[in-house]
Amino acid sequence: MSAADTTTAKVPPTRPSTAPESAPRGSGPGAPGRTRPGGGAGAPWLLLAPCLIVLVLVLGYPLVRLVTLSFQKFGQPQLWGFQDPESVGLANFTKILGDAEFWAVVLRTVVFAGGAVILTMVLGMLIALLLQRVSGWVKALVNVALIASWGMPIVVATAIFKWLFDSDYGVLNWLLSRLPGVDMVGHNWFASGPQGLAVIMLLVVWGAVPFVVITLSAGLTQVPKELEEAARLDGAGAWGVFRYVTLPILKPVIVMLTTLSVIWDMGVFPQVFVMRNGHPEAEFQLLTTYSYDKAFVVNDYGGGSAIALVTVLLLLGVVAVYMRQMLKIGEVE
Amino acid sequence: MTVPAAPPAAAPPGGPGSPPGAATAGATTPAAARRPRFARRTREEGPRRGRWGWNLLGLLVFAVAGFPVYWMLNTAFKPAKDAIDPDPHFFPRVFTLENFDRAFQVADFWGPVGRSLIVSLVVVVIGIVVGMLAALAISRFAFRGRKVVIVGILAVQMVPLVAMIIPVFLLLNDLGQYDKLTGLIITYLTFILPFTVWTLRGFIVNIPKELEEAAMVDGCTRTGAFLRVVFPLLAPGMVATSVYGFIQAWNEYLYALMLMSQQNQTATVWLGNFTTKHGTEYAPMMAGATLMAVPIVVLFLLVQRKMAAGLTAGAVKG
Repeated sequence: MSAADTTTAKVPPTRPSTAPESAPRGSGPGAPGRTRPGGGAGAPWLLLAPCLIVLVLVLGYPLVRLVTLSFQKFGQPQLWGFQDPESVGLANFTKILGDAEFWAVVLRTVVFAGGAVILTMVLGMLIALLLQRVSGWVKALVNVALIASWGMPIVVATAIFKWLFDSDYGVLNWLLSRLPGVDMVGHNWFASGPQGLAVIMLLVVWGAVPFVVITLSAGLTQVPKELEEAARLDGAGAWGVFRYVTLPILKPVIVMLTTLSVIWDMGVFPQVFVMRNGHPEAEFQLLTTYSYDKAFVVNDYGGGSAIALVTVLLLLGVVAVYMRQMLKIGEVE
Repeated sequence: MTVPAAPPAAAPPGGPGSPPGAATAGATTPAAARRPRFARRTREEGPRRGRWGWNLLGLLVFAVAGFPVYWMLNTAFKPAKDAIDPDPHFFPRVFTLENFDRAFQVADFWGPVGRSLIVSLVVVVIGIVVGMLAALAISRFAFRGRKVVIVGILAVQMVPLVAMIIPVFLLLNDLGQYDKLTGLIITYLTFILPFTVWTLRGFIVNIPKELEEAAMVDGCTRTGAFLRVVFPLLAPGMVATSVYGFIQAWNEYLYALMLMSQQNQTATVWLGNFTTKHGTEYAPMMAGATLMAVPIVVLFLLVQRKMAAGLTAGAVKG
């Protein structure tokens, strides 16, 4: 099809023998900070320099600013430069942590992200397993549909779902009303928060499943057939083979996919924002939109930053798992 | 029942149960093409009806996953009044382009598209050049602090973009870069650059180091060895990474919305023009969505195989 296809196959990377290269083990794990180029290491640091400079500028500085902002009173006067931002210590944090609404938002976000991740992973695994059992042409069809939904710009996907679930002319209400005993004509999916968020969750899952399926499918091809055979001969059923052969082999991939999904699903923003026409109701607020609202609608940039910071800290725990996984890979090379 | 010529674990994918069209390239080599046939034969000894059940289930997945895309196209190409028919038609009866005309009228179309193109292209070019140097450093050199850099680049990818919007907004405001394409480009580098470095690294480590060393033994300099040996092998990976980066930049919504004014909106934000106080013009919006999505999905189809491999390179081995 394109240049992309003309390369050698390489999903199971025939690992070049570079094992001895990783001799200098760096400092301990964690420490995500950037190090100074010390000791005239020469070439590698020279090559890294542009990248590090750009990252420090566009990411390091805002990150630091995010932290300092969350300890400041920063509103409209400060934005326009009439007043200097004044430090307020932990006031922003005590305010949001003491706010019942904030905890409701945290709970909602965790339930939403958790639900989306579980649904994505389970569906992804089921479809990947299914794809191993279907005929070639069915597999090709499913792959095309999956890749199309994967490649859809999020904003476009959101617009489509908004249309599908439209209360007056949405095709879904019409379809459901075909079922005997169901009358969904004119049903407004977004009248209540939980139902609306369920629709948004569906949208998120629809966009996220393809990546999981395709990655897991690639992983499944690496499960040695002999092992499955052996397990079967030893009397394992389909579930047993899956539980004791397939799952352990796929574990690293599954851990990676789950962590990435958690990170992505905790950061869901445009889906909610666009679905609610830029003004999510209180019942629809997730941590991301809540922080956005605090900053840009209420003009409390300090408070907004504090919420964003709490979100990042929440994610750090998850990221730690991912890091350990990725570091193992780094060590191999 | 033994598996004939049991494929070694590291054989190219495209083994049993992975006919052409699977997630990986290289499935069309003769050896790999032969293998599914074996697999099929062994499996057909089993109940044939089972296969039909799975196929039916597969078609169901196809229908559900593909339906939203189909409905977008279906709505885009039928007259606007058919779109709001209380009894929707699943197959278009009248084919029309009037929704596209309307989509072009609602708001300037080519302006936003042009701006999105500029931003995405510039971001990708900077990302690839800068990212390539960094990827080389972390994949081809052993040096103190290498691990810290790797962790740093990974960690940076984990920071949710949304959390950064407040300080980024204030920063660009201070620098006088609000509502400027340059400001948006700088901002997009925050997510394109780490991604590029990490993906290119994945492609580079798959190129045997011995090739370079051989070239250097034959008298190439290190730079020469890279340009003559590694670079040609890396080109497809670079193309895939660029296209994928381009798609990510093109699809970005939040920063484009926050950092650009109404007059300078980009393509994704343009799609919001169909919703006004009076409601949403769905049929033209679906036409707009089609315009926005089809080129991206086609690009995506072209590079997806390569990217799925690059993104998870090494992950399977844990």
